[in-house]
Amino acid sequence: MAIKNIESSAKNIVLTVQEYSLFSARAFTNLYRPPIYVPEFLIQADIIGVGSAAIVLLSGFFTGGVLALQSAATLSAFGAAAVTGRFVAMSMIRELGPVLTGVMVSGRNASSMASELGSMVVTEQIDAMRALGVDPMRKLVTPRIFACISMLFFLTIVADFFGILGGAAVTVFMNRQNGTQYFSMAYEYLRYPDILQGLIKPLFFGYIIASIGCFYGMRTTGGTQGVGRSTISAVVTSSVLIIFVDFLISQVMISLFPT
Amino acid sequence: MTDTSTSDPLVPDAAPQASATPVVVFKNVTVSFDGPPVLNNVSFSVGPAETRVLLGPAGVGKSVLLKLANGLLRPDRGQIDLLGQEITHMSEESLFALRSRVGMVFQEGALFDSLTVRDNVGYQFIQQNLPEEKIDRRVRKALSFVELEQTFALYPDSLSGGMRRRVAIARALISQPELILYDSPTGGLDPVTSTTIIELIIKERDVYRTPSILVTHRLQDAFTLCTHRFDADKGQMVPLPKGEIDPGTTFMMLEEGSLIFDGSLHELLSSKNPFVREFLE
Repeated sequence: MAIKNIESSAKNIVLTVQEYSLFSARAFTNLYRPPIYVPEFLIQADIIGVGSAAIVLLSGFFTGGVLALQSAATLSAFGAAAVTGRFVAMSMIRELGPVLTGVMVSGRNASSMASELGSMVVTEQIDAMRALGVDPMRKLVTPRIFACISMLFFLTIVADFFGILGGAAVTVFMNRQNGTQYFSMAYEYLRYPDILQGLIKPLFFGYIIASIGCFYGMRTTGGTQGVGRSTISAVVTSSVLIIFVDFLISQVMISLFPT
Repeated sequence: MTDTSTSDPLVPDAAPQASATPVVVFKNVTVSFDGPPVLNNVSFSVGPAETRVLLGPAGVGKSVLLKLANGLLRPDRGQIDLLGQEITHMSEESLFALRSRVGMVFQEGALFDSLTVRDNVGYQFIQQNLPEEKIDRRVRKALSFVELEQTFALYPDSLSGGMRRRVAIARALISQPELILYDSPTGGLDPVTSTTIIELIIKERDVYRTPSILVTHRLQDAFTLCTHRFDADKGQMVPLPKGEIDPGTTFMMLEEGSLIFDGSLHELLSSKNPFVREFLE
């Protein structure tokens, strides 16, 4: 019985991965074949980009502040409090900016995509769209994926900027250190590979958030309870995948650009 | 393809020309979803200007049959022809073009709740980027057919269940389809509203002569369809003379996925099949 359950679960996982791969490939290739729904892309870019700006800005600012608070105490024990700026900038740009933005946007948008599309599935609106001769993959999924990729890129830059600013605020107003020194240390030790690493990650994370959100939404079954299950699965899966893919990209980037 | 010409699609003489080829053909169709077959070896056809009423209790595969007819689901075995083309193995891309020639009314209407009634009814034309004035004109005509012009700018949330079904009928009719599929259009409605919906279906049948498949578990609706016609002068449905029935309206009945009856009203009433007898009584 137990072996049968394991076998069934393993088959389900393989089937889900297979379906997700086909779904992602179809959504991606749709961008190169007409019709392309530009208004839908712009609407989603507004919902994801403008709608998430406030939470990304605030979480970036306070994360930078916390980093400065925690690191200054440790660094000053070694007489290295002056490198707080470097520590905050590197941490934000290479890791925390992209990951934090990804997780925040995942919580806000992967859930909304899964629940919106899931509700459309259970009320037969997706079938109605297909019956009216319109491809829901082109109309609903592809614009969301590309809007999420492009907006997460800019949101990460916003998070990085406000994270460094938050660190500066703590350094200057709470730790009573020199602001010019903070910014010059932040700038001086920053290398192009660091920036490249920080800006490549959101492209992958944006794809993960939207494709997972839409995938779980489009395969919703079981009425309103099913919509709830899809929403939870979308947020959990995309958040875990973001951290896993972050690990992989970091490993590759460190191999390519050793310090 | 969907008609995008300047001609008025909602006048009787604009109805599609009937040909001898059946619009839908099912040949030994079987489909299942992780269990016993939902439809088992089902075969039937829908001729031009024919209305097929599909009867059966809930859960016997009536809605699945409609979705198969429109290519929204694929059969495990057998062959389905839609408008003269085999769709069993047709790609989804090719099916989109074919489906735009078919009107479908879903069980609960399936209106897009984030769009107004105008955008719901004119959805196909909006996707085709037709001029706004033309879309407005055709939407108003379609809404006037279902007597809901006043809902033009409303959202589906503000409509009653019966009004939503009528808007769904307008959406299915607007592109002058070559086949209409009605999935339980009166399900869950009160008797008065159900009669209004059936009257609209009779009006569509008698004015445009569009072939259709109508799924229902309400015998009363099925018999009304057979025993009434639309009187264009009076603008309402009237009973046919006693003993007469609409010759183009025939019946099918499903029992646990199998088609157990296919014939006219008289044949249905005189059937000896125990399940048919039980359903009728």
